[in-house]
Amino acid sequence: MAEEKKMFSATGNQMVADAMRQVDPDVMAAYPITPQTTIVEGYDKFVADGRVTTEYVNVESEHSALSACIGASAAGARVATATSSQGLAFMWEELHIAAGMRCPIVMANANRALSAPINIHGDHSDIMGARDTGWIIMFAETAQEAYDNTIVSFKVAEDPDVLLPVLTTLDGFVTTHAMDCCVMEEDQTVKDYVGEYHAKYPLLDTANPVGHGMFATLGDGYMKYKYTQREAIEGALDVIEKHGKEWAEITGRPFDLVDAWGTEDADYIIVVLGSCAGNARFQARQLRAQGKKVGVVRPRVFRPFPAQQIVDACKNAKAIGVIDRSDSFGSAHAPLALEVRSALFSAGVQIPVNDYIAGLGGADITLAQMEQVFTELEQCAAGEAKKSITYLGIDE
Amino acid sequence: MANIKELSARPEGLAPGHRLCGGCGASMAVRQVLMGRNDYEVVCGCATGCLEVSTTIYPDNAWNVPFIHNAFENAGATMSGVEAAFKGMQRAGKIPADKKLKFIAFGGDGGTYDIGLQSLSGAMERGHDLVYVCYDNGAYMNTGIQRSSATPKGAWATTSEVGKVMQGKPQARKDLTSIMAAHGIPYVAQATVGNWRDLVNKAEKAIAVDGPAFLNIMAPCPRGWRIPSAMTTEICRLAVNSKFWPLFEVENGKWKLTPVRDKNLISVTDFLKPQGRFKHLFKPGNEALLEEIQADVDAYWKYLEGRVEGSKDL
Repeated sequence: MAEEKKMFSATGNQMVADAMRQVDPDVMAAYPITPQTTIVEGYDKFVADGRVTTEYVNVESEHSALSACIGASAAGARVATATSSQGLAFMWEELHIAAGMRCPIVMANANRALSAPINIHGDHSDIMGARDTGWIIMFAETAQEAYDNTIVSFKVAEDPDVLLPVLTTLDGFVTTHAMDCCVMEEDQTVKDYVGEYHAKYPLLDTANPVGHGMFATLGDGYMKYKYTQREAIEGALDVIEKHGKEWAEITGRPFDLVDAWGTEDADYIIVVLGSCAGNARFQARQLRAQGKKVGVVRPRVFRPFPAQQIVDACKNAKAIGVIDRSDSFGSAHAPLALEVRSALFSAGVQIPVNDYIAGLGGADITLAQMEQVFTELEQCAAGEAKKSITYLGIDE
Repeated sequence: MANIKELSARPEGLAPGHRLCGGCGASMAVRQVLMGRNDYEVVCGCATGCLEVSTTIYPDNAWNVPFIHNAFENAGATMSGVEAAFKGMQRAGKIPADKKLKFIAFGGDGGTYDIGLQSLSGAMERGHDLVYVCYDNGAYMNTGIQRSSATPKGAWATTSEVGKVMQGKPQARKDLTSIMAAHGIPYVAQATVGNWRDLVNKAEKAIAVDGPAFLNIMAPCPRGWRIPSAMTTEICRLAVNSKFWPLFEVENGKWKLTPVRDKNLISVTDFLKPQGRFKHLFKPGNEALLEEIQADVDAYWKYLEGRVEGSKDL
């Protein structure tokens, strides 16, 4: 079946726009920002051509984009949007509210640097600012994966056991704008997979009036509420795997919470998110050809964090290098490194971890950098101490 | 329009038992606006503020209609989304094509004139079928009477203090109603909770109109204005009769100003004097400030007459 599908070239943004077109949400409210723009432009053309029934709301800011999405979701609609960088940062208040009000909104994010200094290129500074907001967060490595993740996102968000918003992310320019080989499923296949969405307590059901966004300030109501949110996102990991595997069954393309390459016997492992994994694997293959036992681990889901899967993939390594594409200023470790270290520590696994930061603001991530990391991991396992965080590719 | 007996028999949109203060203008604004919904079903939203916190204390909810609160600055955008959901789901055949529904957003002056202005402007510009109601009590009353851009010139507030070198708020009020009229939307009006017939009439028009509408309603706050809680409606009528708060509407670009009869006309000091927030203005040395306020009121009335004259042939 899979080999009959037509392969074509497309950008990640085109694939996300098409995934959303195939789902055909009731409402999209979005505001343009580089490098997300071609998603909303592409979608607007689908609206103009009558290919979707979506009500497209051209809001005047990202804050209003997510505000309108929350209103639409509470009303009972299936809702999508897209943003990037400063736009995601501007939504910060609403990110918490969308998750707190249990609105199953799907939002694509073109991962991009944050000001200052202003920079339009790819890194993970923006999305890491959303990591504690209660959203499920997925990272695509390729345009194809951006398509698949976006479709799975609707199914996960709207699952009655989840009812949380999902950020389906792809790296700015490298994935949003670069042409890639892709395949697309039939519209009907996607529609059948996501099914119809029926909100539990829609505002538009005037016969049964409900209140959304109540004032929970007395007693322990707020704390209980937050507890249910924690339970929902923790439970979401199994739901993501279930719906992801179901999509993999349909498409013939794999879906794993954590993509583990060469880890069965690897001594040295790089853990990395998103598009940069390709470089790491390419270099790992070169080193394998030289007889070095190296591997690459890439979480496809970052929230909820697949801690057990990371431990399973890494537990036999002699040293691990975590490459972050954002920094957590003032913390000893950047966001991904913190999660990996926490997962290993909680599992009682003691493996030395080196922290790296690469590709900030779209700086090139090179094979030489990957080689440097693998070399330093060998040195690390041999007992050579390294300073806390290394910024790769610059003269420090 | 129905008479007051008929209006009082209409189903209440806002139930008693909410925790707003005695004499609060906000609940009066909501009840009178919802009396104007006639046979329409409505979904209401509210910006963060007194009205929201006092009517939705979990697990209680005073709203007898579907209700949503999102945040402070985004009632316009949030209700845009609710309205868009209705349109999108109706287009997709998920809601019967003949179902009619109206959408009403409420916000105080802080959530409307100040922090919510962008969101409101966007919602009005996009043409949603949405009524935005500002209950204007002239300050951030929920957080404790801080000045907003709706606070009148000379008024005391906890962030426009009265002292040796400051005599209350130095700046004039922002003319939000004109700003909304400049959006070219089908219906804009200014009203007060003390002029119920005028307000319900305007609410009926605003709700019935196909497209965006904006109502700016003077809704006194006895705590912030330093007036007795029984004086809410009376102070509204003093505001109207002194021309401090003109009653007017802009219907498809045509401005209509409700005149103040000569026998009712009073000076602006008659409106200011009963309010504790203006008491410093009546101390020796502030005469010029009182004159300035009167001059502002006269100039604004002239401006409105000009708008009426300029749009009379539309």
